[in-house]
Amino acid sequence: MRNFLGRLKKYSKVSYFSFWFLIIFYLVSFFADILIPYHFDYQFRDKPYHPPSKIHFIDTEGRFHIKPFVYETFVDDPIFRTYKENYSVRYPIKFLVDGPERNVFFIFKTKKYLFGVDAPAGIFLFGTDTYGRDIFSRLLYGSRISLSISIIGVLISFVLGMITGGFAGYFGGITDQVLMRIVEILMVFPSFYLMLSLRAMFPLNLSSIQVYFLIVMILSLIGWAGLARIIRGMVLSIKEEDYVLAARSLGLSHWRILVFHILPNTFSYTITAITISVPGYIIGESALSLLGLGIQEPYPSWGNILSSTVGNIRVISDAPWLLLAGAFIFIILINFNILGDALRNVLDPKNW
Amino acid sequence: MKKLILKRVLQIIPLLIGMSFVSFIIIQSSPGDYFAQMKMNPEISPSTIEQMRTSFGLDKPIMIQYLMWLKNMCKLDFGISFAYHIPVKTLIKFRIKNTLCLAVFSIFLSWLIAIPIAVIAGYKEGSWFDKFFSLLAYISISLPSFFVALLFVYFISKTAVLPLGGTRSIFDINAGSFEIFKDYLKHLLVPGIVLCFVNIGGLFRLMKNNFVEIFNTPYILAAWARGVPARSIIFKHTLRNALNPMFTILGMEIGSILNGAALTEIICGWPGMGSLILEAVLSHDLYLVMGSLIISGFLLIVGNLIGDILLAFFDPRIRIS
Repeated sequence: MRNFLGRLKKYSKVSYFSFWFLIIFYLVSFFADILIPYHFDYQFRDKPYHPPSKIHFIDTEGRFHIKPFVYETFVDDPIFRTYKENYSVRYPIKFLVDGPERNVFFIFKTKKYLFGVDAPAGIFLFGTDTYGRDIFSRLLYGSRISLSISIIGVLISFVLGMITGGFAGYFGGITDQVLMRIVEILMVFPSFYLMLSLRAMFPLNLSSIQVYFLIVMILSLIGWAGLARIIRGMVLSIKEEDYVLAARSLGLSHWRILVFHILPNTFSYTITAITISVPGYIIGESALSLLGLGIQEPYPSWGNILSSTVGNIRVISDAPWLLLAGAFIFIILINFNILGDALRNVLDPKNW
Repeated sequence: MKKLILKRVLQIIPLLIGMSFVSFIIIQSSPGDYFAQMKMNPEISPSTIEQMRTSFGLDKPIMIQYLMWLKNMCKLDFGISFAYHIPVKTLIKFRIKNTLCLAVFSIFLSWLIAIPIAVIAGYKEGSWFDKFFSLLAYISISLPSFFVALLFVYFISKTAVLPLGGTRSIFDINAGSFEIFKDYLKHLLVPGIVLCFVNIGGLFRLMKNNFVEIFNTPYILAAWARGVPARSIIFKHTLRNALNPMFTILGMEIGSILNGAALTEIICGWPGMGSLILEAVLSHDLYLVMGSLIISGFLLIVGNLIGDILLAFFDPRIRIS
């Protein structure tokens, strides 16, 4: 592992940074419950489309405060939803505040959150949505859903691709023909259309948990074909190696050779392939949720936060901070792309 | 050349059959008795159901149903849309034109921009020019199409420089066909630029890699040594060869364009196949979903075929072997 990190760092500093950025981001999404100031569906009924809170260091009298603070806001114009700050009381941002108990992934319970402000004021780092829910909280909480879907989806298609690609490549003949025709037929469809068609097989009003697993299933069903084809190609060339022949003459079973001697040799490539394909899963999940076919309210996901902007120009022009979810997706994708590019070089045995 | 095209066309047939089978399975396995559901739906007239029943054999055994489905596919008869009450074929015919225009426009635009920049960047590999555009390409491949589309919609909502949504805003009966065409192009610009923006990065990277690879081959070095002028080396010897793999990419690009186009169409309000299939899914209009799915797959196959034929046309090595 250390060796790997060293090589990554040597290859490029940027990719090393991307690697740690992604790990930290996954940790953040895992511990989102502690980091977010409000529960993801807590509604500030009187503050819909509140712009991102201004964080002040200097008060109205020009005095500097070491602790940043916010002012309470009130609706100035209810039609255009503009807000004004009430300068009479300062509300400093407090760290490690107490609040209602939250369950962190069923592992432990906590009553302390990283930051917050005292009641009538609110801290909305990224503004609020139609129902006055804090978008920062929803984004962090939603990243858990979006990122976990992509990881589970990619692992399932990885396993499916390993099994089918391994079988097709190793045994060849009719197995290979049949499996590869199936792969080809799946790859004939543009993935977006196939995704929507598969979604159409199921009722629109499913519960959140059902939709979650449905999306994972759909994405991995679409994704495994490409991986299977790559792994088949690799197995085809690896099975001609001398050590496979040696294993065979030692009397090892085909099964054992395939699982313990051939497939592990494809890992370095498949890890790269996985890294490169994660963005596709993230986009797939966001696209489905964006169109209202994925994760349902009140649960947030990156796509679902954007969904209120689709086909609604007024919302986009009045509340552009809703688009920050898209910026999150972009940042994650660019890091995955940088890391994937680096892994292609670092994990390639030719470059060792 | 003719033999090659014929061979490629023949290879398509099993794919088409497989495609029809997959879509048949999807319709069949949707939960509940679909035929019974149709009868319960007051929006669907009994005569429509009767028509579908006879043409798709909805009450016959599964194998016969599949054969009838296949027969109907060959006639391009995809059944009747339940939401629009007109044949799916008519709906798709109207929408596919827009999607194709969008795809052709954005592919044309992105090739027009990406290829020259990639050639310059490849020629001056490692220069600031190269680094700057490589960074832009990275950003372009990492931007999801829907995000770019939303950003464009935001930009247009603030500036209103271009029309958004639909294909025309002139509804004057006396408007000349040229004016309507101009209006159509104006509406095409926003989704077209969005798609171009998303696809250009990948194109640039591929083209640059091809160019650099060919540029470093020994025969180019030999050409330099013989004193062939730089212009001739770049355009005649390197570019011609570097472009060949791009024709295969052109075929594959149709697939990614269709994917990106679907979301862009939906967000920019362009009435194409993408928004059609979304409406179909939202109104649970299964036959329309299937029609769109099959046609989109068909477009992708045709795209690959065109790519192959272009490659054979431009690359004598493929043509002869």
